[in-house]
Amino acid sequence: MSTVAVQQGTKWWSGGRSPFNASYGKVMMWYFLMSDAFTFGAFLISYGTIRFSVNDWADPNMVFNAFPFAGHANLPLAFVSLMTFILIASSVTMVLAVHEGHNMNRKGVEKYMLWTIVGGIAFLSCQAWEWTHLLTGEHIAMLGDGTLSVLPTTVKSNPFGTPLEHEAMIAALQNTPKEQLASIAATIHVAGETHNVAAMSNAELIKFIEASGIHVNNAGPIAFGGYFFGITGFHGFHVLSGVVINIIMYIKTKLQHFDQRGHYEMIEKAGLYWHFVDLVWVFVFLCFYLI
Amino acid sequence: MSAQVSSPEITFQPEHNGSTKKIWRTFWVLSFLTIIELAIGLIIYNMHKGAAPNHTLVLGFKGMVCILTLAKAYYIVSVFMHLGDEVRNLIMTIVVPLCLFIWFIAAFLWDGNSWKTLRNRYNGAPAPIEKVAPAAVEKGAKK
Repeated sequence: MSTVAVQQGTKWWSGGRSPFNASYGKVMMWYFLMSDAFTFGAFLISYGTIRFSVNDWADPNMVFNAFPFAGHANLPLAFVSLMTFILIASSVTMVLAVHEGHNMNRKGVEKYMLWTIVGGIAFLSCQAWEWTHLLTGEHIAMLGDGTLSVLPTTVKSNPFGTPLEHEAMIAALQNTPKEQLASIAATIHVAGETHNVAAMSNAELIKFIEASGIHVNNAGPIAFGGYFFGITGFHGFHVLSGVVINIIMYIKTKLQHFDQRGHYEMIEKAGLYWHFVDLVWVFVFLCFYLI
Repeated sequence: MSAQVSSPEITFQPEHNGSTKKIWRTFWVLSFLTIIELAIGLIIYNMHKGAAPNHTLVLGFKGMVCILTLAKAYYIVSVFMHLGDEVRNLIMTIVVPLCLFIWFIAAFLWDGNSWKTLRNRYNGAPAPIEKVAPAAVEKGAKK
C-alpha cells in the first residue's frame, strides 16, 4: 500500500476532505484532552506558585513513606512506584486492545479491555488506601500557638513542617494543655508496657513524652493538603470515569456493536482518554512525589 | 480482515502494522525511565539525610527528573495515543497551543518566587513608610 505517497501528494487544504484526516469524534476527543491538559496544568502550576512562595514545604519522602501491611517501616517512593507501574501497565493493555481492534479481533479486545479495567480499579484502590493513611495518620506537630498537638494530613492541617529542635519541643510541652498531652501520649506505644494515659498527671505526661524520644515538626503550610487532595482527587475522578467508560466499551464489544459497525474506533477514543489519564499521572507523580 | 474506513473525513487509513513490537518496546522505555526517576528520587532523599545538601546539585537532579518526565510524556502521546501516526495538520493543532505552557510555567513560578522574597523582606517588620519630600513652594508663586 502506497500510503506515504498518497499522503504527500494530498492537497489537504483545497477542500473536499478533512485536513486532519480523522473522524469528527476523534478530533473532538483530542481537543477535549487538550483543554483538560490546560485544566490540570493550571492546577499544577498554581501548586507550584504557592510552593515557590513559601520558605519550606512538606518533604514528600516524609509524607509518602508508608506501604500497606508494612507497619511503620520507612519506605519512601515505594508505594507510589507501585501505583505508577500499575497505571503504565494498564496503559499498555489499553493500547493492545486498540491494536486488536484494528485487526477486528473481538476476543482480543475483550481480553485486553478487561485487564485495563482491572488495572484502573487496582490504581483506585491504591489511592483510596493512601488517602485513608494520610487522613487518619497521627503525627505530632507544633501549632502556631506554640502547643504540641496530634495532627492528620487534611485540607486543614499539615504536620510536615520544618523539624523542631529538642529544646523548643520541651518548651512547647510546658505550654500544651492536658487533653493535647494525653492525646499525644496515647499515640506513643512502648513495647511490653501499658500506660494509662487518663490517670497520668500533667508532669507525668510530659516526662513520659520526653522519655519516648519522639521527633516533632512544626506544622507545615496548610496549602499542601488542599493541593494534594484536590489534584490527586481530580485525577482519581478522571481514573474513575475512565474505568466506567472502559466498562461500557467492554460491554459494547461483548454485544458485538463494533463488529456490526465494521470498525473499533470507539475503543480508540476511549483509549485516548485512558492514556491521557496516565499522562497526567506522570506529571502528578513528578510534582508531588519526586521533586 | 481489516477495519473499514470509519468515517468520510478519513482520506486514507493510517497504516497499522501487524506486530505489537513497538508497543512493548515503548513499555520497556517507559519502565526504564521511571526506574531512573525513582533512583534520582532516592538520591535526593539520601542527600537530605545528613548535612544541608548542595542546593545546585539538588536542583540539577530535580531538573533531570523533569526532563525524563517530558520524555515519558512524548512516548505516551506519540506511540500509545498514536499522535505520531496522524497527519501533520492534526499534530500541530494539538502541540502548538500547548506551547503556551512555557510562558505559563515561567511566569507563575517567577511570581511565586517574588512573593517569597517580598514576604521574607517584610515579615514581622512594620510596613515601610515612603517618605516623599514636600514639593518646594516657590515664593511668590501665583495661585
